[in-house]
Amino acid sequence: MITASSFAGSGLACIRGGRLLFAGLGFDLGPGACLLLTGPNGIGKSSLLRLMAGLLPAAAGRVRVETSLAYLGHADTLKAQLTVHETLAFWARLAGRDSATVDEAMAAYALEPLAAMPCRYLSAGQRRRVALARVIADGARLWLLDEPLTALDSASIQAFERNLATHRAAGGLAVIATHSAIAAPEAETLEIARFAGSDLADPFYRGLTVDREA
Amino acid sequence: MFNFLANPARFMRIGNAVLPWCWTVAAIAGAAGLYLALLASPADYQQGDSVRIMYIHVPAAWMALATYTLIAFFAAVALVWKHPLAHLVAQSAAPLGAGFTLICLVTGALWGQTSWGTWWEWDGRMTSVLVLFFLYLGIMALAHAFDDNERGNQMSAILALVGFVNIPIIKFSVDWWATLHQPASVFRAGGPAIHPSMLWPLALMAVAFTTYFAALLILRVRGAIAARKVQALRLVKGWNR
Amino acid sequence: MGALLAITIHDLRLAWRRGAESLSVIGFFVLAAVLFGFGLDGDTAILARVAPGLIWVTALLAAMLALERLFNADYEDGSLDSLLLADPPLELVVLAKCLAHWLATGVPLIIAAPILAVILNLPGSNLVPLLAALALGTPTLTLIGAIGAALTLGARRGGVLISLLVLPLYIPVLIFGVGAVGDGARAAAALMALGGFALAALALAPFVIAYALRQAAR
Repeated sequence: MITASSFAGSGLACIRGGRLLFAGLGFDLGPGACLLLTGPNGIGKSSLLRLMAGLLPAAAGRVRVETSLAYLGHADTLKAQLTVHETLAFWARLAGRDSATVDEAMAAYALEPLAAMPCRYLSAGQRRRVALARVIADGARLWLLDEPLTALDSASIQAFERNLATHRAAGGLAVIATHSAIAAPEAETLEIARFAGSDLADPFYRGLTVDREA
Repeated sequence: MFNFLANPARFMRIGNAVLPWCWTVAAIAGAAGLYLALLASPADYQQGDSVRIMYIHVPAAWMALATYTLIAFFAAVALVWKHPLAHLVAQSAAPLGAGFTLICLVTGALWGQTSWGTWWEWDGRMTSVLVLFFLYLGIMALAHAFDDNERGNQMSAILALVGFVNIPIIKFSVDWWATLHQPASVFRAGGPAIHPSMLWPLALMAVAFTTYFAALLILRVRGAIAARKVQALRLVKGWNR
Repeated sequence: MGALLAITIHDLRLAWRRGAESLSVIGFFVLAAVLFGFGLDGDTAILARVAPGLIWVTALLAAMLALERLFNADYEDGSLDSLLLADPPLELVVLAKCLAHWLATGVPLIIAAPILAVILNLPGSNLVPLLAALALGTPTLTLIGAIGAALTLGARRGGVLISLLVLPLYIPVLIFGVGAVGDGARAAAALMALGGFALAALALAPFVIAYALRQAAR
């Protein structure tokens, strides 16, 4: 039974390095939804994604997750000595999925020719494709992706957009932080700059205000 | 009470008020204690006057252990209640505790040399104190090993707690090990029963050490709070360019 | 359960492919014994007396060699985030990784110990107690070492720092490990103490390690 809301957050604030990155941020996503996080570098997109994933505690507000999630950060999580197939098989097993999932994930990003290649020999774009394939192999319904298109060529970008559409059509959700444009029909956009905090968040000196350059 | 003390300004006011008292008591107790220790208390029939080192050595040992307990307490407070000052207090106390431990080790070595002719004895007590010294070094090193100060404080706090749990285990192990050898226990404090004439100077020195420690701790925490403020102001100024 | 086994096999496979790890641990172990032999002038009487202590100290140092890599690779390539988010509880994930680490570094130490026993002239009757003591003690070394490894993730000079943090905590294992090499009630008591340490470490260390890993991932 798919409930109307599978991933929501309200009043979220994040403190990093003594600064209040953002405050009062909220979102509400149902099945098939896609949220694009935009904003300049350093605004807090990565921190928000980590906060959504539960890797970073929120300084305020709550996140309600009613579904399995997969997180992909800037790093590719690939081990140099393992082959592509071994990598995907490991993460699939960790998620309790079978080997058919691995084949499916490899097909999604045209990785079959690279199946037996140790990851140390992959190019940056190929590594990113394997990382994205891992997200599929994981089988999670919520995707939290940080700059997924880094180093991808246009064919791979199209593959990603196709896979994203398939994922959403099956009821999956996605939150994507990105600088590049992604063809995602009916995606909401969350511009973090609107929530940017201006306070110093050192518990000793709350209320020291920082004037940001516009 | 925690919230009451959590305000740095309030903590500073209380600390500043208490500070002169600490110095006064430390000075008086220290003077009285040293007088009794060095002049008025009896010399040991075996060791002669060198037993007087005990009046520094034993209180230093007590402070070394008490300080570690304090650090572990504040580490727990910091991790569980995320009290902002707790990390500062724990980290400020660590070098003081290490200092007392070092004093204990050095006076112990001097005592051994003047009384029994050996700079070091592998007995249970001194070996445990040596290990304690390394625990202190670990806490201080870990806190400063990270670019992110908060991360360093947190990991150091975890280590302090792990070490605290291990102290009885280490003591137990070292004592078990020491029973295998001659239980020379070179560093017994005094005789089979502590005579009142020895007890008073010990107690006075203990009070002196404790108040001295409290004074130093207040000073160090004051400095740490000030450094924090400077850091915050720098951040603000940097953005308001 | 299958997931946890997958983690252990994954780490073992990596250790195998990296190759150097287990071999350098054994190599260091044996080489250190040889150095002691030279340092002590090859005096077999003295060596026989100090053999248990020497073997244990070199085992401690060898165990520490591989600690830095336990979590560092995962931390740096982002796998740690995914392990934190995986289905199995982090404490069990940690145990699975420690199991792999012990199999790759602790077990080779136990296997190489007879070689050292010969080089250092350990009395033959002491070999079995030594192996039993190592078998009980090395898991504790891995678990305590893992605490140190988790605490120093992202620290500067992590490798040297781990040694400073972990060696004082190793001392009880060292004391009872050496004490267990012998016969009689005292040695048996020491062996039981080692077993107790191992159980306590198994029960408590994973929670500390998981806590430290979550802090590190922030």
